[in-house]
Amino acid sequence: MNRVAITGMGVISPLGNDTAALSENLRAARGGIGPLTLVPHDQLIIKIGAEVKNFDPTAHFTDKQLGLLDRCAQFALVAARQAVRQSGIRFREELGSRSAAIIGAGVGGMTTLDENFHRIYAEGQRRPHPLTVPKLMISAAMSHITIEHGITGPAFTVASACASSNHAVGLAYQMIQGGMVDAVVTGGTEAVFCLGGVKGWEALRVMAPDTCRPFSKKRAGMVLGEGAGIFVLENLERAQARGAEILGEVIGFGMSSDAADIILPSATGQVAAMEACLKDASLAAEEVDYINAHGTGTVANDVTETKAIHSVFGSHARKLAVSSTKSMHGHLLGGAGAIELAATLVALRDSFIPPTINYLEPDPDCDLDYVPNTAREAKLRVALSNSFAFGGHNAVLAIRR
Amino acid sequence: MTDEKDIYEIVAKQAKVEPTNLTPNTLLSDLDLQSIDVVELVFAIEEKFDIQVPYSPSDQDAAGISFKSVGELANAVKKLVAEQHPESAA
Repeated sequence: MNRVAITGMGVISPLGNDTAALSENLRAARGGIGPLTLVPHDQLIIKIGAEVKNFDPTAHFTDKQLGLLDRCAQFALVAARQAVRQSGIRFREELGSRSAAIIGAGVGGMTTLDENFHRIYAEGQRRPHPLTVPKLMISAAMSHITIEHGITGPAFTVASACASSNHAVGLAYQMIQGGMVDAVVTGGTEAVFCLGGVKGWEALRVMAPDTCRPFSKKRAGMVLGEGAGIFVLENLERAQARGAEILGEVIGFGMSSDAADIILPSATGQVAAMEACLKDASLAAEEVDYINAHGTGTVANDVTETKAIHSVFGSHARKLAVSSTKSMHGHLLGGAGAIELAATLVALRDSFIPPTINYLEPDPDCDLDYVPNTAREAKLRVALSNSFAFGGHNAVLAIRR
Repeated sequence: MTDEKDIYEIVAKQAKVEPTNLTPNTLLSDLDLQSIDVVELVFAIEEKFDIQVPYSPSDQDAAGISFKSVGELANAVKKLVAEQHPESAA
């Protein structure tokens, strides 16, 4: 089995538009949640979110390209450029059909759908823009990545709601491990800040009106975020042979499905996914130093995830650090696993544990070390990153420095 | 009245050239138009002149119109406007 290195990463996120800014903001416990500016407030109940700031699409794309690129595809393409540049890899000339693109997304071109349906329903226009379909399709971001970089092997989008990115990265890892391809551009993207998108989430009544306080008493729910995290995964031997910098190694992937409820999480399913991941990585529970939790900040998730961690790690559960960086970058939905993998990688690289911010006081049902409010200096060796989606789909990655 | 200048401007914008570089004999196939550009071009013309342009070649033949050159396109638009908006005929 091939070992799998991460040789490039890029982010467009509420915590900055490159990995240096992401690392700095995580370490400084500076959150990206604030008043929404992308959606007019007059029809909103929930008026906060974690938006990507200082992102000027015209600095990255021509007018003509932008006609085809939903905001979520713009994020993914720019993050992919960062990752490919950092890795120093060349797809078009060197890898072609030995390379793949596997990108996670929850809903894809939500703002494109919102704008174009508005034209018909509200503005009384005869039809939407003619490029509405290729712009909104959930796979569009991935397609544009293959075109831009000349990736001619396997290419598809993975959708499993909030576990999409972890499923994408996990498949990328397995595909390299099994020898099907030598390198994969993978990760995830999401951009749902439009009136229809926010109203849909509001209606579900899982959104916090104030901020995101994972694992804390008085937590009121999740806060939406947007952005993309994109990585270059590569056969470790190949990466070493060409002298690439190894940012980390993907050493395990575990998946499970609850087959129970479409919204409510299940500790049983989460335990199964974490255990499958440890087994795949040949890790003892005691070897895990840090878990980047799913930690949405809802009452149901945080208690269930805490129980599941206790069950998997036994007495080690109280020794390892668990934090939810969603407290800072919000919930990126289909892009969540990707931004959280990036957060985990910079934590491993830059020797700190990202905190869970906005933490007020302990909840008796959430009794782990959540690294409240301030980052902690620590040399981490092995970390897990959890994603637990609506539908009961659980996907866990294990990363080594 | 259908203003030919509008048609030239729409084609020029889509092809990323100056309108003054287009003549009635300029072939659309000589302009750097991808498949999606053609879709956008037809859309822009339909929006501007409030007409429906037959899309398939057989429908275009049946309507007696052709889009090979800019001049043909302009004539086709004038014909379609006259048919679909007879009240606007000068």
